Amino acid sequence: MPQPAFRFIAQGCPPAVGRPRVVPAPPSRPPRPCRGCLLFPQRVLAAGASPGPFPLLASMEFAELIKTPRADNVVLHRPFYLAVEGTLCLTGHHLIFSSRRQDNAEELWLLHSNIDSIEKRFVGSLGTIIIKCKDLRIIQLDIPGMEECLNIASSIEALSTLDSVTLMYPFFYRPMFEIVEDGWRSFLPDQEFELLSSVTNEWRLSCINKEFSVCPSYPPVVVVPKSIDDEALRKVAMFRHGSRFPVLSYYHKKNGMVMMRSSQPLTGTNGRRCKEDEKLINATLRPGKRGYIIDTRSLNVAQQARAKGGGFEQEAHYPQWRRIHKCIERFNILQESLIKLVEACNDQSHNMDRWLSKLEASNWLTHIKEILTAACLAAQCIDREGASVLVHGTEGTDSTLQAGHPFQQRCAQSAYSNSKQKWEAPVFLLFLDCVWQILRQFPCSFEFNEQFLIMLFEHAYASQFGTFLGNNENERSKLKLPQKTMSLWSWVNRSEELSKFQNPLFEANSLVIWPSVAPQSLQLWEGVFLRWNRPSKFLDEAHEEMINIIKYNKELQAKVNALRRQLAEMETDDRMQENL
Amino acid sequence: QVENVKLLDRYTNRKAANGTLYLTATHLIYVDASAEVRKETWILHHHIATVEKLPLTTAGYPLLIHCKNFHVAHFVIGQERDCHEVYTSLLKLSQPVKPEELYAFSYNPKMSKENREIGWKLIDLKVDYQRMGIPNNYWEITDVNKDYEVCNTYPPEIVVPRAANKAVVVGSSRFRSRGRIPVLSYLYKGNNAAICRCSQPLSGFSARCLEDEQMLQAIREANPGSPFMYVVDTRPKLNAMANRAAGKGYENEDNYDNIRFKFIGIENIHVMRNSLQKLLEVCEMKSPSMSDFLTGLENSGWLRHIKAVMDASVFLAKAVKDEKASVLVHCSDGWDRTAQVCSLASLLLDPFYRTFKGFMVLIEKEWIAMGHKFSHRCGHLDGDPKEVSPVFTQFVECVWQLMQQFPCTFEFNERFLLEIHDHVYSCQFGNFLGTCHKEREDLKICEKTHSLWPFLLQKKQELRNPLYRGFTAYKELQPNTLPFCFQFWCGMYNRFDKGMHPKQCVLDHLLSCVSQKMKLEDNASELE
Repeated sequence: MPQPAFRFIAQGCPPAVGRPRVVPAPPSRPPRPCRGCLLFPQRVLAAGASPGPFPLLASMEFAELIKTPRADNVVLHRPFYLAVEGTLCLTGHHLIFSSRRQDNAEELWLLHSNIDSIEKRFVGSLGTIIIKCKDLRIIQLDIPGMEECLNIASSIEALSTLDSVTLMYPFFYRPMFEIVEDGWRSFLPDQEFELLSSVTNEWRLSCINKEFSVCPSYPPVVVVPKSIDDEALRKVAMFRHGSRFPVLSYYHKKNGMVMMRSSQPLTGTNGRRCKEDEKLINATLRPGKRGYIIDTRSLNVAQQARAKGGGFEQEAHYPQWRRIHKCIERFNILQESLIKLVEACNDQSHNMDRWLSKLEASNWLTHIKEILTAACLAAQCIDREGASVLVHGTEGTDSTLQAGHPFQQRCAQSAYSNSKQKWEAPVFLLFLDCVWQILRQFPCSFEFNEQFLIMLFEHAYASQFGTFLGNNENERSKLKLPQKTMSLWSWVNRSEELSKFQNPLFEANSLVIWPSVAPQSLQLWEGVFLRWNRPSKFLDEAHEEMINIIKYNKELQAKVNALRRQLAEMETDDRMQENL
Repeated sequence: QVENVKLLDRYTNRKAANGTLYLTATHLIYVDASAEVRKETWILHHHIATVEKLPLTTAGYPLLIHCKNFHVAHFVIGQERDCHEVYTSLLKLSQPVKPEELYAFSYNPKMSKENREIGWKLIDLKVDYQRMGIPNNYWEITDVNKDYEVCNTYPPEIVVPRAANKAVVVGSSRFRSRGRIPVLSYLYKGNNAAICRCSQPLSGFSARCLEDEQMLQAIREANPGSPFMYVVDTRPKLNAMANRAAGKGYENEDNYDNIRFKFIGIENIHVMRNSLQKLLEVCEMKSPSMSDFLTGLENSGWLRHIKAVMDASVFLAKAVKDEKASVLVHCSDGWDRTAQVCSLASLLLDPFYRTFKGFMVLIEKEWIAMGHKFSHRCGHLDGDPKEVSPVFTQFVECVWQLMQQFPCTFEFNERFLLEIHDHVYSCQFGNFLGTCHKEREDLKICEKTHSLWPFLLQKKQELRNPLYRGFTAYKELQPNTLPFCFQFWCGMYNRFDKGMHPKQCVLDHLLSCVSQKMKLEDNASELE
């Protein structure tokens, strides 16, 4: 039999989020059925680094929320495993289940913030809690005693929906791993700008937003055309929704063209214009060249936005720009789409026709296709047409997805939650899914692998790290996240973690990649959506095999090179001998 | 030869290629003159399914060619007369009337007569029966059919229970449609449970046949570990019931000792043909939306049928392995659905069939020898279009679906499947000609044509699966047959639309790793 693949939670990092990974099973242990993200043998943990400090059973803040901190004889049901009996403990941030068996102790650690919704059921005095997680997993706990069950359920409900950000786990989490590099300082604008300055001098760093006084949702430092001074920027900010004035998003080295992002212009019904705005974006064009404005709303929606003071760039005032409307759905439409998709994936009673029609009706893949199409269009304008591009929707916070994405609002709830707040939207998941689609089509062009994307998805929704807390730089700085929480990147940017996210097929390549957006080329992202619905043992083994093949080749190559060197040395020695 | 012909690309708006069309005795060849590097498109006449003349456009006279390997070529020809001539020539060339006109009889790979004979002997079914331990106390290879008197669509040698004497065999054959009696398809050595196959019984509403009942009893008793056996009718119940009116039908549980009778509804060849037609229409849509595509995929029913075939095969494998019970499978004639299900169940149970050699044996045994009517199903000759059906294509796809779920368990890769699929239609090799053993004997296939298998083995390096973990790594496979486990096979149905496929091929990368590995290993040992 081949070495069984075996997934469990990382050592050296509390099992807050199930980060799947492949490690060889300890030799003495019988092979396990397959992935069991949150369940891991104690011995493996003990052998590795500590899982982090055991959270205080109930810090002061949470004591009153936890009426029953512990219940015995609880039965846990979770995907791919037989039911197991053990003890359930509630702490301020975790739900911990331990089988307490001497021979094969198993533990489940679940962050309360990973819990999307819970349901309770009673049969006699036996209560059942069904927990639906934001990573789309569903687990079930059978708890004897009606009171205990009710108490636990209400605690989970309260603890998983804490109002205050500062009560969340990242503010309590103390890492046990060695920090090589502070992730909060990994992506500083100055350093990024230095890279940019080495290829062009047409841009400058502006500190206009230092105190978040111009645009509360932008970072303090932004990159803008050199020829536009801060005074002009202030005027432009007045002309853009939420003051999100056009800033640099991406610079294309090959031809100096750029992608900028902003929010909609506030033209209103009477066609207001702003000379500085026109000047700003024109500054990115080469003489005689045209640019493209990609409006991620339909023309209809953009026109309607005028009534509310918003609008779009009028041809008359932006003669060098061509506007293209590429409709990308937003907010609740995306959220509904995700809910429908997850529902379809979880219902195993579907026949083929019903599955396909549910998949179709969810529209998830339609949204993927829309976003990829818009992205390809932008890339095409820049690379093929040699034109600069400005991308915006209404608020300019979702469509291009870089700095300033309101993570906290968008990722507060996942697919199972009933409370449908209007700002909920799986935009980041959609982005990750799009990246996965491109990764599938260009498996050699990404330095990271699918696991990296899945890890990001999990941490965006529930994490011990502060990276995805808050909605923008302003909020993050008010929360003092860099001082009070650990950055996800501090943990990721260590060789032992990085190696798990590395794509063995990666070959550095500076060429532009053009994915296909034909429906035949797009697939459901199984790694996320079917993860808990079908075992992945055989796929994991294939991945392992691929890594081994490439690793072995590299070792062989190194060996051959070393031998060649040796031979060459011996030959020179011989020659020297002869010469003597 | 026709000059000034345009070849349109279906999926991109790139400028149409301009070039020259040549017709040879076997191929249509298009040479692109506008490309910097010489680019050729070859289409085998036998691969052409349909040729259509479309209405005149500003560019010229369009000619649309659909191939059996799902290649679609859209030519535009300048002159109407040229277009018409090409059209009529292709119609004639793509639909030979006599078997002797098939490519295999003229194909000459410059191989010695000896090598050709060795090629035909590469696959020996007797060796496979030996591998299963046959003959043994319960099963024997009999030549009772040597003059095709029992069944003219079976091979001369068949495997039946020792306990079934000639009278039982002959008696049973009279009670089975076209004399296709129950014979052994696969014996699972682990527990002596067997998969057997036959055609439907001529039971009508109440007819019985003592010898047939004895035959089933003999099969059941050849597996002493189980008190019962399954009889699986792979047709939808309604179809089977309708057959009773024609004097055919299915086994009555009351008449046979200790059988468990079960229907597994796989649709008939006509439903499958229409389903594929619909699927291909979806594949050919011009810039469809996601909704168009998924709705079309659903409406075609194609994946539903693939799942049905897979479900039936999984049932068989489970019955044999987990319930230790023998299974007798039939449909109507026992050469379409039965072939699919028996061969797939064997593939699930036995890792040998997941090797190059084993897969060839499987096709020779369950499809070619047992009389799957390749010639009719693939439309090799001008004939009844209602006989054409993608039964073998579905089998190949099921294997591909298994490869997706179990990437390390097959010695060969997707390209091997595509090669075989191509040659089932190409008529370049003799293996798939005719409809049954007797017909191939009459056509003198072994003397006049070549076998495909040695040619594929020569290409082993590019057809192998670099992730294969070897023969002993995995035994039985238990595929998941939930709907979301089935994928649309873009590599088959949109195979010639390169733009849709991943732009970087992991398979190529790994194959080059494997060949590099061998070179490096040689280097290393030399240097040492």
